[in-house]
Amino acid sequence: MTAGTAGARARAIRRDLQIIADMIEPGSRVLDIGCGDGELLYHLVNFKDVDARGIELSQDGVNACVVRGLSVIQGDADTDLEDYPPGAFDYAVLSQTLQATRAPRDLLGQLLRIATRVVVSFTNFGQMGTRWRLVWEGRMPVIGGPAERWYDTANIHLCTIRDFQELCQDLEVVVERAVSLDRGGRVSAIGKIGPFANLRSRQGIFLLRREDSAAP
Amino acid sequence: MPGTHVRLATDEPLLLDCGVALGPVTVAYRTYGALNADRSNAILVCHALTGDQFVAEPHPVTGKPGWWDLLVGPGKVLDTDRYHVVCANVLGGCMGTTGPMDINPETGEPYGLDFPVITISDMVQVQALLLDHLGIDQLFCVIGGSMGGMQVLEWAARFPERVFAAVPIAAAARHSSQNIAFNEVGRQAIMADPDWCQGEYLRHGKVPTRGLAVARMAAHITYLSDSALHRKFGRRLQGRDALSFGFDADFQVESYLRHQGITFVERFDANSYLYITRAMDYFDIAAEHGGALSKAFADTPVRFCLFSFTSDWLFPTVESRAVVKALNAAAANVSFVEVKTDKGHDAFLLDEPEFATTLRGFLDGAGKHRGLGEG
Repeated sequence: MTAGTAGARARAIRRDLQIIADMIEPGSRVLDIGCGDGELLYHLVNFKDVDARGIELSQDGVNACVVRGLSVIQGDADTDLEDYPPGAFDYAVLSQTLQATRAPRDLLGQLLRIATRVVVSFTNFGQMGTRWRLVWEGRMPVIGGPAERWYDTANIHLCTIRDFQELCQDLEVVVERAVSLDRGGRVSAIGKIGPFANLRSRQGIFLLRREDSAAP
Repeated sequence: MPGTHVRLATDEPLLLDCGVALGPVTVAYRTYGALNADRSNAILVCHALTGDQFVAEPHPVTGKPGWWDLLVGPGKVLDTDRYHVVCANVLGGCMGTTGPMDINPETGEPYGLDFPVITISDMVQVQALLLDHLGIDQLFCVIGGSMGGMQVLEWAARFPERVFAAVPIAAAARHSSQNIAFNEVGRQAIMADPDWCQGEYLRHGKVPTRGLAVARMAAHITYLSDSALHRKFGRRLQGRDALSFGFDADFQVESYLRHQGITFVERFDANSYLYITRAMDYFDIAAEHGGALSKAFADTPVRFCLFSFTSDWLFPTVESRAVVKALNAAAANVSFVEVKTDKGHDAFLLDEPEFATTLRGFLDGAGKHRGLGEG
């Protein structure tokens, strides 16, 4: 495949990744934290001409990314972001990673330091299904599929959309966009949280900006 | 010595880090694959301590395949149908580039210890002169393992505008205390050999083969790993059924090391070994930049890909990670891959499929950005 030619046809990527990709300006500098095998980065490099970098905890993920020609290092989101200088990126992306970090609040602070804008996507534990599992079945909700157990999940800091909005207020960040993705893959904007948005949404995807950074 | 030779620094001598002006300097090198029309497809391969310019062809002394034959050649990872691969014997070497074996024009005798002490930076300076001679302004990639990786880092720090992509493999931004210690053992072994003659063995028609062989044996252990040695030799006996209760090479591992030592002295010069190990010891990029490694790479345009190997205890992963940390602080474009293997430091010279595929992926990606087309 050749970058930027008419022959390059965007392959379908995961729905939530597509929503994130749509939030990112072409030609910008992007750091994807917890980039997995590089699905989002590959899309951004080839179809949005982005200067893309990644950090991934698993060495297998890193190797898969480098094989695809992506610039990715093995590293830990909780500890390795402090190496980067302030404002090094236009966007930092934290896709389905927040809940697996040891200190999500500190991490968000780091992301807002090294990037002008931060995109965060996370599983909403306020959704109906998880409430049902806890209230009616009396069991802890898990999000990693049926094989996942509470004692071996990587997801240790769980939040709801309402929780996350509160954190954004605490950190005094501007929420430029917030959308939710429901079970059927439908996307809706999250405004002032209504009682139903938190129940319906499977995932929240937020585009954040530091209060002191310039608006577009 | 077969291969190509060129005399450089003829008009103006080379100013070495030690303060000595050296020139002219002969450089022995080999190239593989054609340079393209816009001279953008050159890859400089930097060899390790005991390597040389014979990367991808039989060695003229030993007859063995080139030291990176696995990776360099038509259709291989460093594809010579696609890239113009250049490799030169380092300054201070003994395969044709100016070194302590050569005749000192001032005395008419071999330099011996009159040869100036050289550094990794001096080696890189000579390579830059060679590229000027070859008409290559910018390398597509500079790549090398071990001491070759040190040269790669020096290239990126010193001539960032001449390097598009840099691949330091199993390397470090400075030589560790442990590694200086190992080098010192090797040097002492050479200097303790009476045939070394205070470095003037060539004048006396002697060669300190025993000292150099011991140096090689000690170093060779550091290139492997405990588990690789055990897998290869275990405690198996060599050509006998029972212990000899003497000091013959009872064990296969002893016999193997002795063989490594003996074959090495056929192709390597003892004084070169002293000088090149010294250059590694002196290497410390951060020290040249006020103690901060990230300053060495400030605003670098170079795309980096670092490799380390899990069982490498000579240049362990933590050394590569320190470089990655500094490159992140410089907001550089960097990839870092740690390859799982039990083959130790030498893994970069061996058949490591994961290493080969990720390196190919990186070169393809970088090639796309450099406009080199498809691989």
